[in-house]
Amino acid sequence: MIFDTIIIGGGLSGLTCGIHLQKAGKRCVIISSGQSALHFSSGSFDLLNTLPDGRSVSDPVQSLDELQVQNPSHPYIKIGKTDFIRLAEKSQQLLTDASISVGGSYQRNHYRLTPFAITKPTWLTMTDYVSSDQPDSLPWKNVCLVHFTGYLDFHPDFFQGKFQELGIKVQNVELDLTKVSIRKNTPLEVRSTNIARLFDNEEALDNFVRLLAHKVGDADAVLLPACLGLERTNIVNILSRKLGVEVKLLATFPPTVSGIRAQYLLKQRFMQLGGTYMLGDTVNKVDFENNHISKIFTVNHGNIPLRGEEYVLCSGSFFSEGLVALPNDVVDPICGLDVDYISDRKEWFASDVFDQQNYESFGIRTDETFHGIKNGQAISNLHVCGASLSAFNALKEGCGGGVSMLTALYVAEDILRQKENK
Amino acid sequence: MESINKSDNNFEQCLKCTICTVYCPVLAVNPDFPGPKHGGPDQERLRLKMPSFYDEANKYCMNCKRCEVACPSNVRVGDIIQKAKLKYSRHKPSLRDFFLSHTDLVGTLSSPFAPIVNKVLSWDVTKQVMDTTIHVDKHRIFPEYSHEKFVSWLEKQAGEQKKFAHQLCYFHGCYVNYNFPQLGKDFVKVMNAFGYGVQLLEKEKCCGVALISNGFAGQARRQGEVNLRSIRKAVSENMPVVATSSTCTMTIRDEYPHILNLKNADVRDHVELATRFIYRMINESKDFDLSKLKFIQRGHPLKIAYHTPCHLEKLGWEYYSIELLRMIPDVEITVLKPNCCGIGGTYGFKKENYENAQKIGEPLFREIEEGGFDLVVTDCETCKWQIEMSTSKKCKHPITVFAEALTE
Repeated sequence: MIFDTIIIGGGLSGLTCGIHLQKAGKRCVIISSGQSALHFSSGSFDLLNTLPDGRSVSDPVQSLDELQVQNPSHPYIKIGKTDFIRLAEKSQQLLTDASISVGGSYQRNHYRLTPFAITKPTWLTMTDYVSSDQPDSLPWKNVCLVHFTGYLDFHPDFFQGKFQELGIKVQNVELDLTKVSIRKNTPLEVRSTNIARLFDNEEALDNFVRLLAHKVGDADAVLLPACLGLERTNIVNILSRKLGVEVKLLATFPPTVSGIRAQYLLKQRFMQLGGTYMLGDTVNKVDFENNHISKIFTVNHGNIPLRGEEYVLCSGSFFSEGLVALPNDVVDPICGLDVDYISDRKEWFASDVFDQQNYESFGIRTDETFHGIKNGQAISNLHVCGASLSAFNALKEGCGGGVSMLTALYVAEDILRQKENK
Repeated sequence: MESINKSDNNFEQCLKCTICTVYCPVLAVNPDFPGPKHGGPDQERLRLKMPSFYDEANKYCMNCKRCEVACPSNVRVGDIIQKAKLKYSRHKPSLRDFFLSHTDLVGTLSSPFAPIVNKVLSWDVTKQVMDTTIHVDKHRIFPEYSHEKFVSWLEKQAGEQKKFAHQLCYFHGCYVNYNFPQLGKDFVKVMNAFGYGVQLLEKEKCCGVALISNGFAGQARRQGEVNLRSIRKAVSENMPVVATSSTCTMTIRDEYPHILNLKNADVRDHVELATRFIYRMINESKDFDLSKLKFIQRGHPLKIAYHTPCHLEKLGWEYYSIELLRMIPDVEITVLKPNCCGIGGTYGFKKENYENAQKIGEPLFREIEEGGFDLVVTDCETCKWQIEMSTSKKCKHPITVFAEALTE
């Protein structure tokens, strides 16, 4: 099989890179060993929330100078301020083009509520979620907080506590979804995606509106767990119109409907642009020839190799096995690239789980333009992007979404530029 | 000292991330099923401690393997459940399970009387009786039996086929042999057009997929051994083994070693689907020349909806079937969303599963009906039955579509 670019990893980074290259007329294939970490997204994408020293960030662009002082090898520093601004704008556009409706800006962080109802800064949030420009300033006096009987991935108590702390009156409404279902009183496995599928049915949605309408009272907003809209992306607007009151979503624990939907929409976009997406396959052999990759083999395709002019590795971090920790080493199991990690295992993690965990910053070493490095030498036709990269801490710095998308676009542009130069 | 709680699968790789539960078609419609994560890796830990922890509700797993395709940690979730069913279930297969799974026996008995059997099976009264006595759902339409088996037809052709410079062995499967020899004839036509003569394996038995899912592991293993012996012989004579059924192929390549403990590593790569074989040969061999083929001029485009069967998705080979369709002039291909059709082989024939099977397939049926297609194409025979029963469209194999596009 011959492609222009072969992308290993099909999450946020791989899809961002693939969409940009397909749009530029390149033939791409994405090989993904399974579904991605997007399934755990709580409705927001972070760009930069905190500096390595712990100081909070409100203006990510302005904080880049300080980031450079504290961590000169951070992926954002490699990208540089001018491209950072341009690519952040482009990332937002890419999401919009894929029908993922987000609000927010790279110029100033806004605030979201986590599934624990904790206020956190962020870059982009799905427009149907609760968010605010200033921390802890919600526009409501009286909200109707809905939850579903037996749904374990949403905890209204956290949100009730938060709202009361902000002086907002809360009306709790618990609804039995078996009464909403069009097949009345049939049992339902109460999981986020099953609830979403239920609400994708018009008749069930009307049943829900009928049951809820007289319980809303004088509330100025109805807040629901974010398990709606797997297929119908405008479902919150529809509900809002039917109920005659503002409706917003609150973050749930994973797997999240918004994350699953985002993964699906990005994949759809990539495929509509002509890309090939191979799910459930694993690269098991990479052939190198004089500092470039000549071909790769996968478990599913066996003796049929995949050949590309360019390769992009966005296999993610430990969760998706883009990085594997052995007793004393951390390795890239796919291409065997050089990995940045601390050699003393005792330094890998702190015993308090909430402390900074050094292993979070481990990742694949790259040159100035994100080419992977093997035995000290850059591989000419292999770029690395996203969570596989070293020198950033997605959790502590709140920069996972931004690093994934911005490095992916940077790499895609670099590939196109190389082509032009040739 | 030997460890007591030994596991022969990789359940301990499960991170409990729950992604598999999102993509399980059964869990979406049947809350009685514990789901892939719980019925698979979670309960496996308990079963290893005490076999009585086995949950009989795992029978609702249809073995579609969508959990495995979705899993980011490469846990063989579906295999874990299948093996547990075979190892721990106290449920004895019923007479119905016997008839549904022993395809060779039932096919051999039915073929000589095909016209009568087909007639009787189509009567409402027969369906009603089968529904109440052996619990085969009355809504199901049985695939018709063919009076002449594919094998008999090909044997008559043996001399002609031998004349071709290149030779291959065809694993036809039960459906082609007993029910639908036309697909086998289409396969022969296409292979002949590429310069390959078609032979049978020395001995072919049903791949055993239905035996595995109905609890007849011993019989499945015996049939698997016969098949592997014949496949080894063909491979030793440098003949590729090519199949048209995605499920037979998946079973021989993956279920034999994973579920039945049959070693096949030496021949696994030599068993492939026709669409992959064609793709590979076009890229590898000068003889395999697409430009030599003559296609019918259709004039107007044929609007095809391609449905990826679950087991083909597990193989990761839908790419080859879609590429084959793209080689045909004047076709417009829409790849349908990755939804299961709900049949799961013999699963949907069972009265207790009928309603859920139809609920699982609903999104697929809707997409097919709303798309304005001329034809649905898929590589799996049971998907075909389900789609033809549940929608207004005809469903064909990609090889048939390719064969029909060739001039005689």
